[in-house]
Amino acid sequence: MKSRKLRGLLALASVTVLALGTAACAKSDRDDGGSGDKDTFVFGTPGSPKSLDPSLATDGETFRVTRQVFETLLKHEPGGTKIVPSLAESYEQSPDGLIWTFNLRSGVKFHDGEAFNAAAVCKNYERWYNWTGTYQNTNFSSYWQELFGGFAKNEDAKTPAANFKSCAPQGDLKVVITVDHYSATLPGAFTHASLGLHSPKAIEKYTAEGNPTGEAGKFNYPAFSQTAGTVAGTGPFKYANWDKGAQEVTLEAFDGYWGSPKAGVKKLVMKTIKDANAGRQALQSGDIQGYDLVAPADVSPLKDAGYQVPTRGVFNLLYLGMQQEAEPLLQKKEVREAIAHAIDKQSIVTSKLPPGAKAADQFMPDTVEGYSTTVPKYDYNPEKAKELLKGAGADKLSIDFCYPTEVSRPYMPSPPEIFEILKANLQAAGITVNDKPMKWAPDYLDATDAGKCPLYIIGWTGDYNEAYNFIGTWFAVYDGGWGFKNEKLFADMATVSKEPDKAKRIELYKALNDEIMTYLPGVPLTSSPPSMAFAPNVNPPTTSPLTQENFAEVSYK
Amino acid sequence: MVRYIVRRLLQLIPTLFGLSLLLFAWLHSLPGGPEAALLDVRATADTRAQVRRSLGLDEPLWIQYGRFMKRLAQLDLGDSFSTGTPVVEEFGRRFPATVELTVAAMILAIGLGIPLGYLAARRHGRLLDILTVSGSLLGICIPIFFLGFLLKALLAVKLGWFPSLGRQTPGLDATRVTGFYVLDGVLTREFDASWDALKHLVLPGIALASIPFAIIVRMTRASVLEVLGEDYVRTAEAKGLRESTVRRRHVLRNAMLPVATSIGLLTGGLLSGAVLTETVFAFGGIGSFLAEAISNRDYPVLMGFIMIIAVLYVLINLAVDLSYSLLDPRVRVR
Repeated sequence: MKSRKLRGLLALASVTVLALGTAACAKSDRDDGGSGDKDTFVFGTPGSPKSLDPSLATDGETFRVTRQVFETLLKHEPGGTKIVPSLAESYEQSPDGLIWTFNLRSGVKFHDGEAFNAAAVCKNYERWYNWTGTYQNTNFSSYWQELFGGFAKNEDAKTPAANFKSCAPQGDLKVVITVDHYSATLPGAFTHASLGLHSPKAIEKYTAEGNPTGEAGKFNYPAFSQTAGTVAGTGPFKYANWDKGAQEVTLEAFDGYWGSPKAGVKKLVMKTIKDANAGRQALQSGDIQGYDLVAPADVSPLKDAGYQVPTRGVFNLLYLGMQQEAEPLLQKKEVREAIAHAIDKQSIVTSKLPPGAKAADQFMPDTVEGYSTTVPKYDYNPEKAKELLKGAGADKLSIDFCYPTEVSRPYMPSPPEIFEILKANLQAAGITVNDKPMKWAPDYLDATDAGKCPLYIIGWTGDYNEAYNFIGTWFAVYDGGWGFKNEKLFADMATVSKEPDKAKRIELYKALNDEIMTYLPGVPLTSSPPSMAFAPNVNPPTTSPLTQENFAEVSYK
Repeated sequence: MVRYIVRRLLQLIPTLFGLSLLLFAWLHSLPGGPEAALLDVRATADTRAQVRRSLGLDEPLWIQYGRFMKRLAQLDLGDSFSTGTPVVEEFGRRFPATVELTVAAMILAIGLGIPLGYLAARRHGRLLDILTVSGSLLGICIPIFFLGFLLKALLAVKLGWFPSLGRQTPGLDATRVTGFYVLDGVLTREFDASWDALKHLVLPGIALASIPFAIIVRMTRASVLEVLGEDYVRTAEAKGLRESTVRRRHVLRNAMLPVATSIGLLTGGLLSGAVLTETVFAFGGIGSFLAEAISNRDYPVLMGFIMIIAVLYVLINLAVDLSYSLLDPRVRVR
């Protein structure tokens, strides 16, 4: 016999199950307005942006979003690395590389209705150049400082001297930007997402808000950069909403966009999905229509299931870093050479990287101008490695090898797996490897930067097509990550960075690549093309080796 | 009763003080600092030092702690290093997600756990009992991220019944009032948005409910079995009371006491954030944000969130203790 209570309890259980069941079958009215329709495109990104104003940011996720909203004077050609006009129709550089004249496009409007002209360009450059107080902190102005040096009045002795001198409108559609000395960051800097051009009216509102507080122990972005409404560019999309809780930035097509193509969807939502598995399942279940950084193992299954998995051209580099102060035996060229011969780069390419990956023979991918075909090569040859080690008196070499865990970068999808291959290679050459796994941030980045890791793996994705953006990063001055002083190399790097003639610079870069690979500070390993995945009914954007996709190209079939 | 509540709340002060000291010491003993997460990989040592300075991290620890306590006294928990937004705002933005998820999971766990546990006890040693016990064991054993993956593969990818991630379909343009999406839809009469949010709760709700469900089933079963053997139950039956009255007044009411305690503790645990479930389902609650804060060494977020969670936990425990007196008149709060 059943009691009433028992019946009650059973009813409770049944109601729970029933509720689940009906939730599955029901259909809401508003579903049609969501991602199921052909007006909205949802793209999964591995991280969230930090600011809606690109000038305050340094990270790729911020730039991915801001690139759809802001445009720069110059840009990279769609799908390539060549620098082409954008908001400037054409430009000229003076022979000494100090004066840059831009002829601007006419009929361009900002999202808030302001006209784009020479005065607007200068208003932007003057905003950056005249930053004071907390804005001079690298938290906010890292890229301005890297590309154009410091400010009108530097407030910290360690801030670099300003390289920007002036911006002068000549009429409505011509602008002249003058710098103090030529730097190899030019003209790449004019393509850089952080220097996207804002509406003058918006800039006035930013200024009216005042500087971020900068109170000790506090760090806040200015309010205008955290909510849609004030920030305005000229791009094909404008900001509609940033829902930080849901980790979604919603962009809306800008009807007044000057260029072509205009946005192919009414709404573009960038949704943060950190887990690659979650991204794939969301694509398969139709919750999103595309996502970035497809795990190499997912590429073929997704393609087989009818999804589009375009692969970018390579524009990154993974390398094996060597710190000569942390392990003095690494100061011997024979030991470094032995390590280079011990490594089977091709096995990493074949087994751990997505299709299209390449073994690297110098510290830049072959898509960068200045790539040399004459660098010394160090082929995979474990026997030679053993001989070299013996000759250097390092046949019992035992070395710490740091690698990051829980991270995936475009140039190394799975660091622990790549480490395992390298470890096996080195051990086959008689080297004892001591594993030092670390969390990516801050442990690993701090340890490698402070020179605590004799061997480590890390890499770089280029910002713009200038070889200095790769080799200048590592070998221009003494660097804690490498721990060597090669004065000739440093002097040669300084020379190339001051050469305004592009053709000459490229020749110098080629010679530098030969010089670097003769010295062999570390081992360039691979360049790998990160893949994106899209639903079968989508026209995806042209992939960019610089991860600078233009989502205005996205539409539904 | 009021005195009891006030006394319990006052006990919070030394608890929080001790917690803040321990937390502060632990966080600052972790290697590395927030600058690595804030800056580009290529930032120089000088830049890193500049950032540390600007965050006040170059000062002696006791000064930093003093500053934290001074702000805390003014109910200011500081700003997140990684997002630059006040910690309280970050918490407020994410807490509704965690509460919704917790409520969904607990409704599932309680709604299925208590009836099943009771039935298993009534059918002690029979097939239903064996199935329930082994099923609940599975609930505890199966890792949440794996369960989440399976649920999505079957119910989202293959059958397309439920969305695989997030709290609401992107681009839905639902009006936000409280941050509790289901409630917001009801308040603004956008019932479709409410329904959409409800559907998004199902899969993470099931994944998160798996462990509390297993615990509640087992606790209910054990507790009911124990009470069934008590003298007062036999006496009640001997008095000739109807079976339903015996079950309701004597068995269930007594058996629910330990279950209620565990439900309180489990709810408190879930409210402090379900790191794995929130990450696997991109749910955007406090759990996944806390996990991120640890890798970013976002000290203000870690300190602030954990302090708020501690207060919530104490309050929930207090509520559980108070509920005893309702369930069992013998327990009087003094």
